[in-house]
Amino acid sequence: MSNSPRTGSNRLHEWAIERVLLLCATLSVFTTAGIIIVLAVETFWFLTEVSIVEFLTGTEWTPLFANRRFGVLPLVAGTVLVSTIAMAVALPMGLLSAIYLSEYAPAQLRRVVKPILEILAGVPTVVYGYFALMFVTPLLQQFIPGLAGFNALSPGIVMGIMILPLVSSLSEDAMRAVPGGLREGAYALGATRMQTSLTVVVPAAFSGITAACILAVSRAIGETMIVAIAAGQQPRLTANPLVPIETMTAYIVQVSLGDTPQGTIEYRTIFAVGMLLFLMTFTLNLASTWLRDRFREEYA
Amino acid sequence: MTGHPLSPDSPDTGARRRHLLDRGFELLALGVLLLALSALAALLYDILSSGLGRLNWQFMTDMASRRASTAGIYHALAGSIVVIALTGALALPIGVAAAIYLEEYGGRSRLARLIEINISNLAAVPSIIYGLLGLGLFVRALGMDRSVMAGASTLALLALPVVILSTREALRTVPGTIREGSYALGATKWQTVWYQVLPMAAPGILTGLILALSRAIGETAPLITIGALTYVPFAPDGIWSAFTVLPIQIFNWVSRPQAEFQDNAAAGIIVLLGLLLLMNAMAIFLRDRYQRRMRA
Amino acid sequence: MSIAAPLPTVRPGQAAQEQPTKIDVRDLHFYYGVKRALESIDIKIQSNLVTAFIGPSGCGKSTFLRTLNRMNDIIPLTRVEGTVEIDGKNIYAPGVDVVQLRRHVGMVFQKSNPFPKSIYENVAYGLRINNLARSKAELADRVEESLRAAAIWEEVKDRLHESALSLSGGQQQRLCIARALAIRPEVLLMDEPASALDPIATQRIEELIYDLKKNYTIVIVTHNMQQAARVSDYTAFFWLGRLIEFGRTEKIFTAPAEKLTEDYVTGRCG
Repeated sequence: MSNSPRTGSNRLHEWAIERVLLLCATLSVFTTAGIIIVLAVETFWFLTEVSIVEFLTGTEWTPLFANRRFGVLPLVAGTVLVSTIAMAVALPMGLLSAIYLSEYAPAQLRRVVKPILEILAGVPTVVYGYFALMFVTPLLQQFIPGLAGFNALSPGIVMGIMILPLVSSLSEDAMRAVPGGLREGAYALGATRMQTSLTVVVPAAFSGITAACILAVSRAIGETMIVAIAAGQQPRLTANPLVPIETMTAYIVQVSLGDTPQGTIEYRTIFAVGMLLFLMTFTLNLASTWLRDRFREEYA
Repeated sequence: MTGHPLSPDSPDTGARRRHLLDRGFELLALGVLLLALSALAALLYDILSSGLGRLNWQFMTDMASRRASTAGIYHALAGSIVVIALTGALALPIGVAAAIYLEEYGGRSRLARLIEINISNLAAVPSIIYGLLGLGLFVRALGMDRSVMAGASTLALLALPVVILSTREALRTVPGTIREGSYALGATKWQTVWYQVLPMAAPGILTGLILALSRAIGETAPLITIGALTYVPFAPDGIWSAFTVLPIQIFNWVSRPQAEFQDNAAAGIIVLLGLLLLMNAMAIFLRDRYQRRMRA
Repeated sequence: MSIAAPLPTVRPGQAAQEQPTKIDVRDLHFYYGVKRALESIDIKIQSNLVTAFIGPSGCGKSTFLRTLNRMNDIIPLTRVEGTVEIDGKNIYAPGVDVVQLRRHVGMVFQKSNPFPKSIYENVAYGLRINNLARSKAELADRVEESLRAAAIWEEVKDRLHESALSLSGGQQQRLCIARALAIRPEVLLMDEPASALDPIATQRIEELIYDLKKNYTIVIVTHNMQQAARVSDYTAFFWLGRLIEFGRTEKIFTAPAEKLTEDYVTGRCG
C-alpha cells in the first residue's frame, strides 16, 4: 500500500478524543457519587451529635428553636400527607384520562388534548404554588370553614393536577403496549369499551400503570415550591389536611433562606433530611424501573 | 340456539344496560379530562387578572425594592437570562460529548450500561437534591460561593440527563447509510461524527437543549438551596457575582402578606410564562424546519 | 449434482491469468456471531478487469464484497478467518490500519447515499479528510476530475453548490461514484450499483464501469445476470455462502462446469 499523507499520529488523535468523550459520559456517574458523598458526609457529622433513633422515631422537629428536638417524623408525615392527597387526585383522574385518550378519543381530539396536558406538566412549580395559595385555598375556604390559610389540602390538590399528566401519559403508554388482539377478543365477545378497558386492558397493563404511579409518588415527594408557598412552616405530626404543616422539602428551603453558617448542626439538618428524601425517592424510582422492565418483558 | 341474533326474544345479555354504562363512563372520563384542563384555564385566568394590570414598562425596568409599587423585575430577569445562558454553555458541550460517546463509541459495554442506568436515575432525582449537591460541592468545597457560576453549574447538572437523552435521539435519526458512506471513503469514526453526523443532528440537539433550558428557567428550589438570595436588588455583574432569578423573586413576593406584592408576583409570573412560551416556540420552530429539511 | 455432494476437485477460484492478481483470497470464512455466512472462499481477482459476483439473495455475495474493504468491521460480533491479500499484504493481519485500507479500496452502495451537503462538498469530503489536496485550487481540480470520470460533470458543472439531494436517483449514484473515485482508490467495490435505477440510468452506469476498468480494478455484485454478462470479464457464482464456480464470463454463462451454476444462469433455480 502506498503511503498516505496521514500517519500514525491519527490513531493517537482518535484515542484521545474517545477518552475525552468517555470522561464527559462518566460525569453522570460522578454526579451520582457526588450526591451520595455530599449527603453522606454531612449526615455522618449530624449523626455524631444526634442519635439515629431519635432522628427516625422522634415526633418533634424543632432544630431551630432553643429547645432542640430532632425527630424527623413530623416532616415525613407532612410529606406523606400532601403526597397522598396529590395521588388521590392524580391517580383516578390520570387513569381515567388515559383510558379516555387511549380507548375512546378520536385522533383529532387526542392531537389537541395531549399538548395541553403537556403544558400542565411544564408550568413552573412556583406558579402552581401561587395558584394554590391565592386561588385554591380561598376557594376551598368557602366550602370548608375550618380551613387554615396554610394547609395540606390545597397544595395537595394542586400537586395532583401537576402530576396528573405524568400518570396519564405513562399509563397511556402502558395501555397502548397491550396487544390489540386482547382487545379484539373482548370486543368479539360483545364487550363494551368500558368493560374492555376496565376488565382487559387495565389489568393487562397493570404493572406498567403501577410503575407510572410509583414514579408519580416519587415526584410528589420531591416537590418543593408548591408546599413551600402554600403548606406552611409548622412541622406537625398529623393526618389533618386542614392545618399548617411542613414537608421535608419545605424545611430545606426554610433553612436555606436564612443565614445558617456552615458546620453548625442546623446546617447539617438539611443534609440529613435531604439524605432521607434521596433514599425514599431512589427506592421508589428503582421499584418503578424494575416494574416497568418486567412489564416490557411481558409484551415486548 | 333460539332465533335470530337481532330478534327481540334473544336471551337478554343486558346489552342495553351495558351500553348506557359505557356511555356514562365515557362521559365521566371526558369530564375528568376537561376538569383538569379547566384547572389550567382557571390558573391562567387568575394570573392574568391579577397581574396584567401591574405589567408595564416601569415594572420591567425597575429593580427590587422594599415598596411594592416601585419594585420591578429587571434584576431578576437579567439574573435568569445570565444564569440560563451559562447553564446552556456548560450543559451543551458536556451533554453532547456524553451522548456521542454512548451512541457512537460505547456500544453495549458494561460501562456504557452503567452510565445509562445512572443517567435515567439522575433524571428522576428531585431538583432540591441537586441544590444540596451544589451547596456542598460548588459553593463550599470548590469555593464558588453563592455566585452565578455555582447556580449555573448546579442547573447544568440538573439539565444534563435531558440534554443527553435528547441528543441521543437526534443522533439516532441520522441514517446508518451516511455513516457507511463516510467510513467507505476512509474517514475515521471521529471525522464521521464531526463532519457528517453532528451537522445532521444539530437541529434536533438544539431543540433538546432549548427544552431542557426552558425547564431550568422555572427551577427555584435548587437555586434557593445554593444560596441565591431572595433580596438581591441588582443585576449580576459577572459570573462570580451574587444573583437572583425570576422564580425566586416571584417566590419572595408571594411570601409577603401585602396584596400589592401578590400582584407583583402575578405580573412576574406573566413575564416568566412569556419567556417560557418564547423558548418553546423557538424549539418547535427549529424542529419543524429540521423536519422539512430532512424531507427535502 | 445436488448441493449435498462434495465440492469439485478443481478449486473454483482459479482462472486463466491475463492480468496480475490484485486481490488474493485464501480459505476465507466469515461469521455473524455463531452463524457462518461464508465458507472456504478461495478466489484471485485480477487487476484492471471487472469481476462480477452473482447468486441468489442471501448467498453471501454482498457479505464477501464487504470483507474486501473491511466494512463488516462496523457490524458487531462479526469474525473472519483466512486471509485476504491485496497487493500481497493481508488486510486482516493485526495492526492493519483499516482507515488507510479504505482509501485504497473504495465502495459504492446499493442505495445511493449522498451526504446532505452540496454536490461539490460531497466529492470534496474524501479529499479533505484524507488531506489529499494542498490548496483550494487543487481541491477544485480534483473534484472536477472525479465528476468527469463519473460522467456527470456536464450535468452538474453549473450547480456545484446546490444540494446533492436535488439530483435524480441515477445522478446521485453517479455522484457517489465520483465521490469514491475522488480519493483515487485502486479497487472499486460496487454493491448492486444500478438496482435502484431505471433502464436508461442503468445503461449509463454500465458504460461508466466499462470505461473505468482501464484505471481501476472493479468488483461488482449484481443479482441481474444480464448485467453481469454485459459488463464483466470474470464472474463468480455464489450459493449459500460458498463459491461454486469462477471463470471467464462467457464460459460461466454459456458452458459452465457445475450443474448448479448452469441451473442458476438458465433460471431453473434460485
